[in-house]
Amino acid sequence: MIKMKDVYKKYTNGVVAANGLNVQIAPGEFVYVVGPSGAGKSTFIKMMYREEKPTSGEIYIDGTNLATLKNREVPFVRRKLGVVFQDFKLLPKLTVYENVAFAMEVIEAPSDTIRDRVTEVLDLVGLKAKARMLPTELSGGEQQRVSIARSIVNRPKVVIADEPTGNLDPETSWDIMNVFRDINEQLGTTIVMATHNKNIVNRIRHRVIAIEGGLIVRDEAEGVYGYEI
Amino acid sequence: MKFRTLRRHFRESFKTLGRNGWMTFASVSAVTVTLLLVGVFVAIMLNLNKIADDLEHDVEMKVYVELAADEASTTALAEQIRETPGVAEVIYSTRDQELERMVQDFGEDLKLYEQSNPLREAFYVKATEPQQTAKVAQTIDEYPNTYEVVYGEGKIEKLFDFLNFGRNAGLILILALLFTAMFLISNTIRITIVARQTEIGIMKLVGATNSFVRIPFVLEGIWMGILGSIIPILAVVFGYLQFYDYAEPRLRGEMIQILAPVPFLYIVTGILFSMGVFIGIWGSFMSVRKFLKV
Ligand SMILES: Nc1ncnc2c1ncn2[C@@H]1O[C@H](COP(=O)(O)OP(=O)(O)O)[C@@H](O)[C@H]1O
Ligand SMILES: [Mg+2]
Repeated sequence: MIKMKDVYKKYTNGVVAANGLNVQIAPGEFVYVVGPSGAGKSTFIKMMYREEKPTSGEIYIDGTNLATLKNREVPFVRRKLGVVFQDFKLLPKLTVYENVAFAMEVIEAPSDTIRDRVTEVLDLVGLKAKARMLPTELSGGEQQRVSIARSIVNRPKVVIADEPTGNLDPETSWDIMNVFRDINEQLGTTIVMATHNKNIVNRIRHRVIAIEGGLIVRDEAEGVYGYEI
Repeated sequence: MKFRTLRRHFRESFKTLGRNGWMTFASVSAVTVTLLLVGVFVAIMLNLNKIADDLEHDVEMKVYVELAADEASTTALAEQIRETPGVAEVIYSTRDQELERMVQDFGEDLKLYEQSNPLREAFYVKATEPQQTAKVAQTIDEYPNTYEVVYGEGKIEKLFDFLNFGRNAGLILILALLFTAMFLISNTIRITIVARQTEIGIMKLVGATNSFVRIPFVLEGIWMGILGSIIPILAVVFGYLQFYDYAEPRLRGEMIQILAPVPFLYIVTGILFSMGVFIGIWGSFMSVRKFLKV
């Protein structure tokens, strides 16, 4: 599903954020990416949806090599992925419904398909009743549910998330993790999640990839967080 | 692109106008102010041009024939004028035709002179170069059966100077105005960009293509341009109609005429409307261009 081969990333300021990454993620896997601040977790995630281009190496998403991808083909690869962020990245002037529908308008889906599908995913994340509200009228946890709904609305094979619980209180974080679990278990979606949340990683056991200084230092199935914060 | 997507872009572009409230207002106001000034200056310029054209093409001399001249001497005079160097065109006008002209210019009241016409026969003479009018007039004045030659005299030269000055000044003003307008509008756009930056970034994150992001923006720009042109168009149309009603009767019979409202106002409306649309397209292109590389 996802494959990185000798991926190396040097930012223009000279910082090397990926120093030879080799990794393979199979369809349906749930993977945590852990590591201290500045380790290169976000860079790892960003290269998967082509926000950043690797300086060298190959990155395959569902068979497409992102390293050689032309700029105008980028949107079409992004449509195969769902992306979730710490700061939600919702369009502030659109309602919950419109935010989710936007991702479907982009792929030019017919309007009645959009209506049915958006209602379905909002139901899935428990926000059907708040469809007409604006993001600013929702709690952090609810906003994150909207962004998760948006990420899965086009039935992507992979959802990648960069610290999705980073801005949420522990209680809400568990709720959000349950949504990810449902997506992974019920829909069979591959999930790659960078996280700082030790409790979650240790309690809900999945594969753990630990990154330090742009290198994968540990890769365990059913792993633990392994850092003191 | 599918038809439903185009429909979506139209719907979206209208919604965005409302969602962006004050930004829409600021942009529309910038366009309004610009076009208002452009409209007023275009109206003045086109009229100055018309006046200058009138004068340049219609500077004609009127040669009055001696009342005593018989038909043969009148024909001889015509021949003489026609052969004068610098003369482009000679038109003969009988006393009846002269009276007809007077009636046209000054009204039906003069019809009572039809019984005993006090007017002279006349030749309308045009010089090949308007600037030579004075010299040609002097020559013709010397001919035996010429009673009098009239033309704008000293006024004409002054008018030419004034009109040339007016046209140049107007052109410079319009250029300066357009420059200011561009500045005003691109500033407004720069303010709106900051707000749009995150928005465009998010759109691209969920896989929107550049054109999918751009089209609603450009449509929005077009609507703002059109909205911005409404007040200037109305102002120029009604303002000019008022001015025309005031000035036209006073200029009747004069050498100088202002432009009739039709088709002049259609042209100005067309200019303002297309400038609005152009500014809108240009503005939105400028505002999204930078952020589409994400
Ligand atoms: N756009 C960028 N330009 C320059 N340096 C960057 C950029 N993004 C990240 N970095 C640097 O790369 C390193 C890894 O950053 P990041 O991938 O964000 O780590 P993490 O998400 O694990 O905290 C850090 O030293 C960071 O300062
Ligand atoms: Mg990070």
